Amino acid sequence: MRVFSLSDLAFLLLATRWTIMLSLVAFVGGGIVGMAIALMRVSVRRVPRWLAVGYIRVFQGTPLLLQLFLVFFGADLAGFSLSAWFSAALGLSLNAGAFLGEIWRGSIQAVAPGQIEAARALGLRYRALMLRVVLPQALRVAIPPTVGFSVNLIKSTSLAAIIGFVELTRAGQLLNNATFRPFLIFGTVAAIYFVLCWPLTLAATRLEKRLAAAYRR
Amino acid sequence: MRGHARGRSADNMTYVFHFGDMWNARDEFLTGTLLTLQLSALSMVLSLIIAIVGAVARTSGPKPVQFAVMAYVELIRNTPFLVQIFMIFFGLPTVGVRLDANTGALIAMVMNGSAYTIEIVRAGIVSVDRGQTEAATALGLHRWQTYRLIVLPQALRVVLPPLGSQFILLMLNSSVCSAISADELTSAVLDIQGRTFRAFEAFIVAAGIYFILSLLFSAAFAAIERAAFGRKVTR
Repeated sequence: MRVFSLSDLAFLLLATRWTIMLSLVAFVGGGIVGMAIALMRVSVRRVPRWLAVGYIRVFQGTPLLLQLFLVFFGADLAGFSLSAWFSAALGLSLNAGAFLGEIWRGSIQAVAPGQIEAARALGLRYRALMLRVVLPQALRVAIPPTVGFSVNLIKSTSLAAIIGFVELTRAGQLLNNATFRPFLIFGTVAAIYFVLCWPLTLAATRLEKRLAAAYRR
Repeated sequence: MRGHARGRSADNMTYVFHFGDMWNARDEFLTGTLLTLQLSALSMVLSLIIAIVGAVARTSGPKPVQFAVMAYVELIRNTPFLVQIFMIFFGLPTVGVRLDANTGALIAMVMNGSAYTIEIVRAGIVSVDRGQTEAATALGLHRWQTYRLIVLPQALRVVLPPLGSQFILLMLNSSVCSAISADELTSAVLDIQGRTFRAFEAFIVAAGIYFILSLLFSAAFAAIERAAFGRKVTR
């Protein structure tokens, strides 16, 4: 047992880098998967739509922790071993893809159907229709819930601690094992998460209000 | 945790799925499932009770109480559940509160669940038109009567759909309680895979069980909505 010192705080702050890195990687990965899922989900063809629905159901209907375990152990079975870092990044991306896909599907469907009909009447094909007409309008609706989801994603990265990746929560566990000051250490850990998440929560609420006001007009 | 390599034949690196061990462990899966159901259901009920009190306090309590409830909700919603579990399970014993993993898990689940539920119930209360409370006051109803007879029943209509989704998330989140070895499904599965070295099979079966549970809960909440309003409220 030893006391909690400034160097321990530095240890936690350094581990926070990995929490931020993992959140960013998972957000980008989840964004790519999510865009594909959203586009499939609003497709006019049945098969992609069903696949997207299935994907969303499975990832939203099972615990994220088990998804991380499955990626971590599943990759081993497939013959290649993934590091805890890569498994966590992949698992979180696949999971975030389902949630972002569902959020963005709603945003795309919020675009007035008349817009799509008009674009079609002007002879726009799928690519131009999506890129120039639908997605720019969907973006406005998508931003507040996407920011809100990013808070969830940051909190979710803490589960990477369970498969042994040393990010903020795992660093807290390691420190607690050495110092046994749980309130102090996990309190500090919680405070760091709070500092990361709270501004995003506030931004999401503010953006939501602004959007709601714009729609009321 | 990496002992499952046994299932892989050494020469061509292909893996043969083998669910026999899972069938042999069916009693453990069943017990784990029931414990998860119990932990989740108990947390949902307690969360809802705390949330109704909290939401009323948040909307019409004295200013310091309103602030305290808001701070509680924001603190819980902006920190990870896993850290909350660690704080409770490792922290409380240092101030003299002795608790086992299951109690720790339940406390963490209720604290976490109630924070989200307070926000949902509060939104429901706020959505009730102010004219309703004014009319109730004009008719001479007390504040408590106004809440019980006028506000809460109308808020319920708005509250039920998001409440259902939130409770399903809470049930899925209960798997995180395995981090402190509370008795529930994910802990049971970790035991099974440690003993059988069949990690992938064990986690697949567990994921399937959670999936079925989430479908069951969502059907149950839909039934409650229908019972309350005669039809499922569309979101």
